[in-house]
Amino acid sequence: MSAPLMDVRDLVVQFNVGRSGLLPWAPARQLKAVNGVSFSLNAGETLGIVGESGCGKSSLARALIGLNPISGGSVKLNGRELAGLAQGDWRSLRAEMQMIFQDPLSSLNPRMTIGEIIGEPLRMLKAGISSSDVKAEVERVMARVGLLPNVINRYPHEFSGGQCQRVGIARALIVKPKLIICDEPVSALDVSIQAQVINLLMDLQSEEGLALIFIAHDLAVVKHIAQRVMVMYLGRVMETAATDTLFNAPAHPYTRALLSAVPIPDPALERSKVIQILEGDLPSPIAPPSGCVFRTRCPQAEAACAAQTVSLRGLAADSHAVACIKAGAPESR
Amino acid sequence: MLKFIFRRVFLEALPTLLVLITVTFFLIRLAPGGPFSSEANVPPEVMAAIAAKYRLDQPVWQQYLGYLADLARGDFGPSFKYKDFSVNDLVYAAAPVSFRLGIMAFIVAMLIGISAGITAALKQNTWVDYAVMGVSMVGVVLPNFVLAPVLALVFAIWLKWLPAGGWEGGALAYVVLPVAVLCKHYISVIARITRGSMIEVLSSPFIRTARAKGLPMGYILRRHAMKPALLPVISYLGPAFVGIITGSVVVETFFGIPGIGQLFVNGALNRDYPMVLGLTILVGALTIFFNAVVDILYGFIDPRIRIH
Repeated sequence: MSAPLMDVRDLVVQFNVGRSGLLPWAPARQLKAVNGVSFSLNAGETLGIVGESGCGKSSLARALIGLNPISGGSVKLNGRELAGLAQGDWRSLRAEMQMIFQDPLSSLNPRMTIGEIIGEPLRMLKAGISSSDVKAEVERVMARVGLLPNVINRYPHEFSGGQCQRVGIARALIVKPKLIICDEPVSALDVSIQAQVINLLMDLQSEEGLALIFIAHDLAVVKHIAQRVMVMYLGRVMETAATDTLFNAPAHPYTRALLSAVPIPDPALERSKVIQILEGDLPSPIAPPSGCVFRTRCPQAEAACAAQTVSLRGLAADSHAVACIKAGAPESR
Repeated sequence: MLKFIFRRVFLEALPTLLVLITVTFFLIRLAPGGPFSSEANVPPEVMAAIAAKYRLDQPVWQQYLGYLADLARGDFGPSFKYKDFSVNDLVYAAAPVSFRLGIMAFIVAMLIGISAGITAALKQNTWVDYAVMGVSMVGVVLPNFVLAPVLALVFAIWLKWLPAGGWEGGALAYVVLPVAVLCKHYISVIARITRGSMIEVLSSPFIRTARAKGLPMGYILRRHAMKPALLPVISYLGPAFVGIITGSVVVETFFGIPGIGQLFVNGALNRDYPMVLGLTILVGALTIFFNAVVDILYGFIDPRIRIH
C-alpha cells in the first residue's frame, strides 16, 4: 500500500476555557475538543466523520487545516509534519488542502463579486499571475461546478444557498488541491440541493482524484459519499470502518444508537424498528468521564467500563476498529 | 442615483430645514429680553426707529414671512449686535476658521481613533486592548472645559512650548492645543466603535473562509475586514464631522479662536436673532448634508445597500 495522503496520529486539540475559580492563580481549565484521534487517508479516498453536536468534528477539521492550533500529536500531509508550523508555512500548504464550510452564504465576503472571491486564492498563492490567466481559471472552475459564466460579477447575496456552496467549492478547487475538508457542507441546504452538491463533490472526486474529509451529522449523506466512516464521541474515535461494514455490522453501542435513529423510508419497517434512545446529555468535555467516555450513556455499560481506558482495537474485518471493551462479543441487539 | 439625491433634497432635507427655521425663529423670540434691551437710556423715538429698521415693530408672523423671503434670496439679514455687518459677512469671516480647526481635528481623530481601535481588536483582551479602551473611556468622560485649561496650564504656562490662546491665521503652534482638545472625544468614540466592529467582523465566517483560502493576515485585514468593520464608524463620522466643525464652542471660547462657535455664544447671549437663526440653519444644513453623504458612501462600501 502506498503512503497515505494524510496521516494523523494521536491528535489533540485543546482550548483554554478560563480558570476554575475567580482567583487569578486558580488552575486554568482546558477543554480537549479532540482527544487522541488517529486516522489515515489515501489519495482519492473519502473519509466520513460523524457524531453529534459537540463531539469535536469541526475542531478536528479546523485543526487539520491550521485554523485551530494543534495541541498535541502529529498530522502529516504527504509526509510533511504540520504540528508546530508557523502561520506563513501553513499558507504554502493551501495549494494542497482546502476547506469548505457549513454556512454557504455567510462564508463569502458580501462585498466581493463571485469572480473576485473565486480568483483570490490563485492571486495570492501564485505571485505574478496575470489577471487574464486568473479570469480564465475562474471561468474554468465556475463551469466545472456548474455556475454560468455570466454571473461572474454578481455578489453572493444574489445567489441561492446551493449556488453559494458551488462558489465555495469553486474557490477551493481553483488551486487544484489534493484534499478538500468539507465541514458539514450540505447541512444548511434543502434536501434536493444537498443531492446536487453531493453529486458534484462525488463527480469532482472521481474526475480529479480528490481526497475528501466529509464531516456530517446526516448518516444517509455519509453513507452515500464516503468509502470509510469514523464515528466520534466527546473528542474520541468510537469506531472506524469501511462504510458498508459500519452500516451493516456496527460494533460500538454508540454507532448502533446513531444508526437506529436514522429514519427508514418505509413506514412498516420504521414502525417495527427498535430505536435505542440514549439517556442523558453529552457529558462536559472539560471533565470527561473516566474510562470509556461513552459509559455514562451506554446501555451496556458495566463497572469495568469506568475502570479502564479504552483505545481503538482492530476487529476481524479489514480496517474495522472499535473502542469498546465488549465489542466482538455477540451482539445484544 | 439622481432620483435618490432628488428625494433626499426636496422631500427630506428642505422640509426638515423649514421646521428647524420655524422652531428656532419663534423660540429665540420667546427668550426673555430683546436685542436692544441692554442699550442704556435710548429715547423712545430712536428705539422705535431701530425697531422699524429691523422690522421688529411688525407682527411676529410678518417678521417670519419677511425673514423667509430674505432667506430665499440668500440673505440672512443684518446682525443686531454688530450693526455694520450682515450675518452673511460675519459667518463668512468665521466659518473658515472653524472649518480649518474642525477638519484638522477630524483627520487626527480618524487616524488615531481607527488605528487604535484596530490595534485593540487585534490584541483583544491583552494589556494593549485594556490600555486603549481605558484611555478612550477617560477621553469620553473628561469634559473639554477641564482638558483645555489643564493642557494650557501644562504646555503653555509650565513648559512654555505652545501659546495659551489666539489664532494668528491658524499658525501651527496655535492650532496644536485646540485640535488636541477638540479631537479627544472623537478619538475615543471612534476607537471604541472600530474595536467593537472589528472584533465582530474578524470572527465572522467569511473571514474564516479567507483564512482557509490561505491569505496572509495583513491582506485579510485590508481586503476583507476593513470595509465592513468601518461601516459603523462611517455612519458615526457624518454627525461627528458636523459636531466637530460647529460644536467647538468651548474650545473656541477658551482659546480665543474667532470661529463660529464664538459667534454662536455671543449671538445667543445678545439675543442677536438673525445671527442665531443663521448659524442654526448653517449647522442644520451641514448635518443634513453630511448624513446624505454618509448614505451615499454606504452604497459604495456595501453593494447590498446600493441595490436595494
